[in-house]
Amino acid sequence: MQPIISISGLGKRYASGFKALTNIDLDIYPGEIFALLGPNGAGKTTMINIVCGIVNPTEGTVVADGHDIRKDYRAARSKIGLVPQELATDAFETVWATVSFSRGLFGKPADPDHIAKTLKALSLWDKKDSKILTLSGGMKRRVMIAKALSHEPKILFLDEPTAGVDVELRRGMWEMVRSLQATGVTVILTTHYIDEAEEMADRIGVINKGELVLVEDKTALMNKFGKKQLTLNLRTRLTSIPAKLADFRLELSADGSELVYAFDPHDDKVGALMKGLNELHIDFTDIRTSQSSLEEIFVSLVRARP
Amino acid sequence: MNFYAIRAIYIFEMMRTWRTLLQSIVAPVMSTSLYFIVFGAAIGSRIASIEGISYGAFIVPGLTMLSLLTQSISNGSFGIFFPKFSGTIYEILSAPISYREIVIGYVGAAASKSIMLAVIILATARLFVAYEIAHPLWMVIFLFLTAVSFSLFGFIIGIWADNFEKLQLTPSLIVTPLTFLGGSFYSIGMLPPFWRNVTMANPIVYLVSGFRWSFFGASDINVGVSLGFTLGFLLLCLTTVWWIFKTGYRLRA
Repeated sequence: MQPIISISGLGKRYASGFKALTNIDLDIYPGEIFALLGPNGAGKTTMINIVCGIVNPTEGTVVADGHDIRKDYRAARSKIGLVPQELATDAFETVWATVSFSRGLFGKPADPDHIAKTLKALSLWDKKDSKILTLSGGMKRRVMIAKALSHEPKILFLDEPTAGVDVELRRGMWEMVRSLQATGVTVILTTHYIDEAEEMADRIGVINKGELVLVEDKTALMNKFGKKQLTLNLRTRLTSIPAKLADFRLELSADGSELVYAFDPHDDKVGALMKGLNELHIDFTDIRTSQSSLEEIFVSLVRARP
Repeated sequence: MNFYAIRAIYIFEMMRTWRTLLQSIVAPVMSTSLYFIVFGAAIGSRIASIEGISYGAFIVPGLTMLSLLTQSISNGSFGIFFPKFSGTIYEILSAPISYREIVIGYVGAAASKSIMLAVIILATARLFVAYEIAHPLWMVIFLFLTAVSFSLFGFIIGIWADNFEKLQLTPSLIVTPLTFLGGSFYSIGMLPPFWRNVTMANPIVYLVSGFRWSFFGASDINVGVSLGFTLGFLLLCLTTVWWIFKTGYRLRA
């Protein structure tokens, strides 16, 4: 499959000398939801801004839907919609006027039906004649999404789309992103909320200090880097871990009532552990398992790099 | 050419004028009318004519030019400064439009507003003082060239300014004094030779003189020189805008 966005050797050094991006190579495929994770200042927004034409790259190329973003910027940009991180709106304009303005700006003739459909989909229809300054923060965020969708883009960048919005609205945003994906729109989002990426993304990229640390399918990433933990509640407390079980690197809780076994999901030692416990007549009353979250994986990846 | 984008920017900017009608049109017309009443009708009646033209009529081109310059700069600078200030500039920069189209949209709207205002001022002045326009076509040409070039100048200021103080700095500390000292209220021929020579370094003198020539067929400076200066200033502004977009100065990092 041809990527809808292809980034090669992308680098950005600002006039101050600060190197925001180093040699980024990334392909994003049509119809996927791609989450870009990284700590503050990692280069997420710089990368998005370069693809959208707001920041000039120092080196490298970006091709969007077959069009080079610099040599063929008109065609490339007309395919892209952007919802930036900051709530930047024309406070004194009405919702209808500002969304219509965005459509015109992207070279599309007026289409009241499409604007109406977009506003209805984002639950903004009853606010179409309201001035933006009278709207709540969540509604303003949706207005910005409506502006980004006004020209029917094939690629949508959402830079921290749910920053500062309440839980209910976050859920609503997730549903909206999924419905966009269902219509064939490729969504690239950056987020600080790892659970958001875990919930929505098909693939995940981790960026740190301007370098793309990894790009993986979400499920593969969690299988590859995720750890499982097995906790046994013992019927009789232990004072120490039996020598026969030393190979399993078990941990005993301070009061001796729990044995904890951390293991790779792919290894098959759980059965051996159970057998060993049985042979030693160590009985247990309860058993629990848990898997490390994407957040834990992310933190371990970012910390692993100097 | 992305005509839809130009149209979108132009209409968006013009809508601001209608939203702020009192500030955009009524206030400048009112203040200029006060000049006509005080200097034209009241004091003007006691001042001898200049080069055969009544003082009231003499100041009409200068005062119109004063409003045209200040409003062109104000409209041109605010139009691009406000998206920078509010953060909505991201949309302009990420849209499939060239810098020429951005400039045509913003500067076109700024110039349209100031020309509209100048026409209202000229019509209002007619209520207080009698004047004729000897060369209407040249009047329109000077009006158009001045509005466009100073709207471009305002656009440059709007990009350069990173706060409201800077936005007001050039118009209030440079342009307004130069306009007042540029022959709006007097003929530079009335000045002593030394100050006449100093005044010749003031670029506004050439604009006012050319515009006045289109009204009365007489001016302090040859009309060709005035026209050449106006075109030269336009070219300078266009070159600066080209450089701004080429380098991304204060727009694209």
